[in-house]
Amino acid sequence: MAEISYEQKRKRSSFGPATIIRLGAVYLGLMIVDAFALFLVYAFATDGVWELAITIGLITIMVNIINLRRDLYALRWIAPALALMCLLVVYPIAYTVYVSFTNYGDGNLLTKSQVIKLLERETYLPEGGKVYAWDLYQNPDGQFALWLTDENDGDKYYFATMTDFSPVESLAAGAEKPEDYQGYRKLSRAESLRASGQAQDLTFGTEAAPIGIAGRRDAGEFAQRYVYQTEQDVMLDRATGSMFYPVYETGRDENDQVYRTGQFENEAGDTLRTGFIANIGLKNYRSFLERDDIRIPLTRIFLWTIGFSFISVLSTFTVGLLFALLLQNRRIPYRRAFRTLLIVPWAIPGLISVAVWKGMLNPNLGVVSNMLRAIGLEPPPFFIDPGWAKAGILLVNLWLGYPYFMLVCSGALAAIPSDMYEAAEVDGAGWWNKFRDLTLPMLLVAVGPLLIASFTYNFNNFVIIEAYNEGGPPMVESGTLPAGHTDILISYAFRLAFGGGRGADFGLASAITIIIFLMVAGVTLLQYRLTKGWEETSENV
Amino acid sequence: MSRESNEKRKHYRPAENLQLAVQILILVAAVIFALFPIIWVISAALNPSQSMSSQTVIPPLPETRVITAEAPGRLLRIISPAGTRVERSAEMILLVEIEGEEEELRAPKNGYVENIRFAVGETFQDGDPLYDIRSSYLINVDTLLNTERKPFLRWMFNSVVIASVSSIIVVLITAFSAYSFSRFRFAGRRNLLVLILLVQVFPNLLSMVAIFLMLQQIGQHIPFFGLNTAGGLILVYVGGAMGINIWLMKGFFDSVPRDIDESAMVDGANHWQVYWRLIFPLVRPVLVVVGILSFVGIYNEFVLARVLLRDKDSWTLMVGLWQFISATFGQDWGVFAAGAVIGALPSLVIYLSLQDQIVGGLTQGSVKG
Repeated sequence: MAEISYEQKRKRSSFGPATIIRLGAVYLGLMIVDAFALFLVYAFATDGVWELAITIGLITIMVNIINLRRDLYALRWIAPALALMCLLVVYPIAYTVYVSFTNYGDGNLLTKSQVIKLLERETYLPEGGKVYAWDLYQNPDGQFALWLTDENDGDKYYFATMTDFSPVESLAAGAEKPEDYQGYRKLSRAESLRASGQAQDLTFGTEAAPIGIAGRRDAGEFAQRYVYQTEQDVMLDRATGSMFYPVYETGRDENDQVYRTGQFENEAGDTLRTGFIANIGLKNYRSFLERDDIRIPLTRIFLWTIGFSFISVLSTFTVGLLFALLLQNRRIPYRRAFRTLLIVPWAIPGLISVAVWKGMLNPNLGVVSNMLRAIGLEPPPFFIDPGWAKAGILLVNLWLGYPYFMLVCSGALAAIPSDMYEAAEVDGAGWWNKFRDLTLPMLLVAVGPLLIASFTYNFNNFVIIEAYNEGGPPMVESGTLPAGHTDILISYAFRLAFGGGRGADFGLASAITIIIFLMVAGVTLLQYRLTKGWEETSENV
Repeated sequence: MSRESNEKRKHYRPAENLQLAVQILILVAAVIFALFPIIWVISAALNPSQSMSSQTVIPPLPETRVITAEAPGRLLRIISPAGTRVERSAEMILLVEIEGEEEELRAPKNGYVENIRFAVGETFQDGDPLYDIRSSYLINVDTLLNTERKPFLRWMFNSVVIASVSSIIVVLITAFSAYSFSRFRFAGRRNLLVLILLVQVFPNLLSMVAIFLMLQQIGQHIPFFGLNTAGGLILVYVGGAMGINIWLMKGFFDSVPRDIDESAMVDGANHWQVYWRLIFPLVRPVLVVVGILSFVGIYNEFVLARVLLRDKDSWTLMVGLWQFISATFGQDWGVFAAGAVIGALPSLVIYLSLQDQIVGGLTQGSVKG
C-alpha cells in the first residue's frame, strides 16, 4: 500500500508548478553554463590550447548528460563537485602523466609548431645585401618610415616608407638629417627607442626588396632565414643551405650526460637554438637508474623520506601517547589546563612554527644556541651539517605533531572500558602488563589507521622541509641538479620543477611525482582496507 | 584508573605520591617544551630591540633615552620630527653643523623621536640634551602595520577574503555531494567514492605546472580567474578541497538515521525538500565546523599561493610572512615575530575553542571513512 501511494505522490508532484519552476531553473542554469563553456572552448581552440579546450568540452558534456537524464538524478547533486575535480584535479594529473613522458622544461618549453613559427621569424642578410644605419620617422597617421644611411658609400641617404624606397636626391651625402621629410617627422632618441619594438616587426620599402630593422643600428635587405618544409618535415637554413631535421630523442651523451631531445639538428650535429617539447618515452623514468646525478640523490632522498615519515610518526605517537596517559590520571591538578596548553603547537600555522624554530636554532644568534653556549656546549650546525639538519627537522616536527596524537589517544583511551582494567588488577597485573596487553592493543585498533594517515601526510610534508632549510644543505652528488640532504621526494620534485640553478625540468619532476603518487595511493588503499572501508561501503550499496 | 576505585582508597601510599609528583613534573616540562617557542616569539614581538641575539625572555621595560650632544654646534635641519618612528638604529634624525662642517646625527637605537629641544638655527653646547628617543612594546607592531613595502594588513585582508569565500563554496558544494553519496544508491557509487579518495592523494603541489599554465590560459579570456588573482586561487583551492571534504561530510550524513527522510518521502517530500528542511538543519553545526576548519587550512596554506600570486599586493598573509623568513633574520626578527603572533591568532583561537569538535571530526572522518 505504502509503495503505491508513494509512487502516486511522486507522479502527482512531478507535474506541479514547483516542478516546472525547478525544471526551468535546471535548463536555464544549464544554458548559462553551456554558453560560458562554449565561449571558453572556442577561445582555447583559437589559442591552440587543445588539451584545455577538449577537457572543458568533455566536462560540459558530462554535466549536460547528468542533468538531462532522469536516471542520473543522484549524480546531479555531485555534478558541481565532479566538474571542479575534473578540471582542477584530474586534468592536472593527466597533464602531469603526459609531461612525465616528455622533455618539457627549460630549453624545451614550446610545442614544435610554436618553435617553427618562432624560427621562421628569424632573418639573415643574404650575400650582397646592403646594410644601412637607420633613423625612425613617423607621419601624423602614425605610419613609420626609415631614414637610411649607407655608411659604406660615403653616407649616402635613402628614405623608405612602408611601400616605397628611394634615394634622397635633395640632400648631399653626410648632410644633417632633416626634422621633417615628405610629411614624416623625425622621432627623438627616446621616442625612437620606445617605438623600435613596434617598428622591428614591420617591413619597409618595396615588395621586391623589403627592408627590415635587425638591431639597434642595422637595417637592410634582410630575408627570412629558416623555412620549414611541411612535406619533408625539415627546416631549411637559407643562410648556409643546411637542412635541419627534427630529432625527438637522441642518445645519451657519455661525456657530460646531456640528453638532447626535441631539437632541430643537421648532419654535422649542430642544433638550432630553440628546442621543442618532444615525447621521449620512458627516458625520464629510466634516468632514475641510469643517470648517476639522479640515481644517487634519488636513492638517498627516498630513504630519508621513508625514515623521516617513519620517525616522525613514531616520535609524535610515542610522545602524544605518553602525555595522554599522564593526563589520564585524575589526581593531576588542572588537567584541562595542561591539555589545552599542550595542544597549542598544533594550533599555530605550520609555516610560522617552523620559522620561529628556525630563528631559535640559528647557530649564531638563536636562543637554543645561546643556552647551549651558556652551559659550555658548542651549538651544533643545525642548518649546515646534513645530520644535524635532519635532527633539527625531526625535533621541530615532533613539536608540531605530538598534540594531534595526544588528542586522538586521549579519546581512544577514554573509550576503553574501565572494568577491563579492574579485571586485570584482580589478576594482579602490573602497570606495564596492563599497558602492553590491554591498553596498547585496544589503542592501536582505533589509532592504527590514523598512524598510516600520518605517515602519508609526512611523506608529502613539503612545508616543514621547505620552511626549515629549503632542503639544504645541498647534496654534492646531484651535480647541477638541485637536491639537498633534507629534501624529501616531494620537495625534490618541486625543486626540479620550480627551483634551482640549472633551470626547470618539468618532465623529470613529473616522473618523480607519478612515483610518489603510486606509493601514496598504495598506502591509502592499504589504510582503506584496514579500516574496513571496503566492507562498510559495500554494505551500504 | 576509574573514579570509583580512586574514591575507595582515600589514603595514598608514599610511592603513589612520588609517582604523582614525577608525573606532574613531566607534564610541566612538557608544557615548557610546548610553550617556549611561543613565549619566545611573543617576547620578541614586544622587544623594542630588533636584534635576535640580545633578546631576553622578558622584554626590557620601555624607556626614554635622552640623546645629548657630543660637541658644541648648531642645528641646521630636523630630518625626523617628533613622533617619527625610527625603525633602524642608523636612521637620520638631525642635520647639524659642528666646527663648520655638516654632520648627520643618527639614532643610536630604534624607538619614537620625542621632545626635540632646539629649534633650527639655535646653537647647543657639548653635553646639552638634543632630543629623546622613546621605545615601546608595540613598536614592532607599529612597524609591521605601517610599512608600505610590506602591506601586512592588505595581506591579512586577502587571506581572510580568499579563505572565507573558498570555505563557504567548499561546504556548499561538498554538502550536496555528500548527501547524494549518503542517501542515493546508484551504479558506480562505490567506485566513484574510491576514485575520489585516490585522486585526492595526488600531491597537488606537483600538478602545479598544469594548474599554473591553466590559470594563465584562463586569465587571458576571463581575467577574474587568471594568475595573480584571488579568483584564480580560490578556484584552485575549491577544486582541491572537494575529495577530502566529501568523505568527511558523507560520514556525518551517514550518522543521521535514514528513517527520518524515508518517512518524509512517503509523505510526498522530494529529495530537495528532504535535504533543505530535514537533513541540512540537523548537520548544520557540523557543516559550520567543517567550514571553519577549511577556512583555517586555506588561511595557513602558502605553497600554491606563493607560486600563483606574483604581485605583492595580491599576496596572502603566509606568502608575505614567508618573505620575512627568507630575508635575513637578524634584521627583521622583531617585526617578523609581531607578524607571526598576529598571523597565528585566528588559527589559534579557532583551534583551541573547537578542540573537542575537531578531534571528533578527525577520528570519525578517518576511522569511519
